[in-house]
Amino acid sequence: MLVMVIQIVTGLFLAMHYKPDTALAFASVEYIMRDVPWGWLLRYLHAVGASFFFIVIYLHMFRGLIYGSHRAPRELIWIIGMIIYVVLMATAFLGYLLPWGNMSYWGAQVIISLFDAIPWVGPPLAEWIRGDFVVSDATLNRFFALHFFIPVLILPALVFVHIVALHKVGSNNPDGIEIKKNKGPDGTPVDGIPFHPYYSVKDIVGVVVFLLIYAAVVFFAPELGGLFLEHDNFVPANILQTPPEIVPLWYFTPYYSILRANVYNFLWIDAKIWGVVFMGLAIVVFFFLPWLDRSPVKSVRYRGWIYKTALTIFVISFIVLGYLGMKPASGINLILAQIFTVIYFAFFILMPWFTKIDKTKPVPERVT
Amino acid sequence: MKRTILLLALVLSPALASAAGAPVKLDQVKIDLGDQKSLQNGARIFVNYCLSCHSAAYMRYNRMGKDLGISEELVKENLLFAADKVGDLMKAVMPAEDAKAVFGVVPPDLTVISRSRGPNWLYTYMRAFYRDDKSYSGWNNTVFPHVAMPHVLYEWQGQQRAVFDKDGKFEKFEVERPGSMSTKDYDAAMRDLTNFLVYLGEPAKLERYRLGVWVILFLLVLLVFAYLLKKEYWKDVH
Repeated sequence: MLVMVIQIVTGLFLAMHYKPDTALAFASVEYIMRDVPWGWLLRYLHAVGASFFFIVIYLHMFRGLIYGSHRAPRELIWIIGMIIYVVLMATAFLGYLLPWGNMSYWGAQVIISLFDAIPWVGPPLAEWIRGDFVVSDATLNRFFALHFFIPVLILPALVFVHIVALHKVGSNNPDGIEIKKNKGPDGTPVDGIPFHPYYSVKDIVGVVVFLLIYAAVVFFAPELGGLFLEHDNFVPANILQTPPEIVPLWYFTPYYSILRANVYNFLWIDAKIWGVVFMGLAIVVFFFLPWLDRSPVKSVRYRGWIYKTALTIFVISFIVLGYLGMKPASGINLILAQIFTVIYFAFFILMPWFTKIDKTKPVPERVT
Repeated sequence: MKRTILLLALVLSPALASAAGAPVKLDQVKIDLGDQKSLQNGARIFVNYCLSCHSAAYMRYNRMGKDLGISEELVKENLLFAADKVGDLMKAVMPAEDAKAVFGVVPPDLTVISRSRGPNWLYTYMRAFYRDDKSYSGWNNTVFPHVAMPHVLYEWQGQQRAVFDKDGKFEKFEVERPGSMSTKDYDAAMRDLTNFLVYLGEPAKLERYRLGVWVILFLLVLLVFAYLLKKEYWKDVH
């Protein structure tokens, strides 16, 4: 929430100085960095903020997986959350084109060309998205408009619905116990505490810790060694010269790895199409998580060793895929990416089975 | 947890090993943006030599002067070859079409070159020109093979020849004709130039560090109070 507000406010001020024109975009970013008072700070807050948005969202999802927050009765919250995640990915992708660096340009070129892979409608669809046969001025201009529209109008609405849906069933807890089943004489849950002042005060601590890490990166390492701002993006977009290695920013690399791991033509269908299909599935499969998980308990505290191991392996495969996505896909890297892609999907496909046979501990009646 | 880290390290090690091995080893350069003398010398070299063909068109003269402690009068007298006003952008002296006719390519803008190439690359590159009669300009470079740019500062560095082993791998440089500067002086000058290019890539860097310290200190103090407040409120929850 805080990150969203930071992104919207800094984005608004950046948009006052930015020019969505292929001839001017790169220069206008450097103009913001040099001539606009505090422009460099706004720009770094926004660029680093994008990465931090994904860091907090990945941590948020991971906590959900640990404590079973995706499980009934919170399926709707999980699904809305996943929609937020997808919308966020779209926004980040749109925004990444705007600095008009060479990596922006070729990243957009590659990702839009994925739509090309769709049979029949692919090529005209990709052309419709770009507004041209290649990524060009028309693309930049519409990406700017959409990058403003989606996070300012759609994202806050989704976050609102996410919270409304949460209000209906109440927050989960590390024990995975429904505290609303145990109500006191006055009708409030015995084990519950009101959000204010308890969580509002606790969250201030969390916010300050977050701001500390965020500020450390913004002020002392905004590029984070090329991870948050890529070196090749300080070269203006050049249609005639591709960067040595086209890679997306770190938060997309796990899926990028899965895309590139598919190198075999199978069933008369092109490898590229399989790549796109599996990349799409890798995201879509998260939506089905509430029903894939068949364990009688929610929280990892009362689950057996199988789920703990499976979740650990899944997290490792996600990180390794993310790492491999930044490296050239050849030789050992390609084989590793293929192995971890299989592990990634195995986690979801085998989940109904391993969550059912996993030994669970009895869940106490009350929150411990 | 320990097991997880170990497993991760094992899994990543082959990938890390294959990622190493750049074509030419880059020399390390010490960057110090607090060294104003070095930055001023770098600026002098940059404006006198590089700016003839390359632009730094996202930067203004007066901003450079202000950050480097050079007064507007001094900038006007000594550094304005390609512009009329101190508030102008640092454009190249040579028009782009002329440069393309001479070199075959338009020399790239150098404003943010340090952010895409990195300081070590620049420092090594500027010291790695060697005579090559097969090339169009008569010069070649081990860091950037077949670069279109001739060795502009050869009068300072002199001429050197590159020695390759039988696999075509670069071994070392041999001096053919010494220049007006000793190797040590030339390296120092190139260090100043690299230092300046790093400044040029991000003029806000110094301010960023200065401000960052205060922001972090403020947040640390705030953290103490936020934590104490939380503890006070939560003491009746167990």
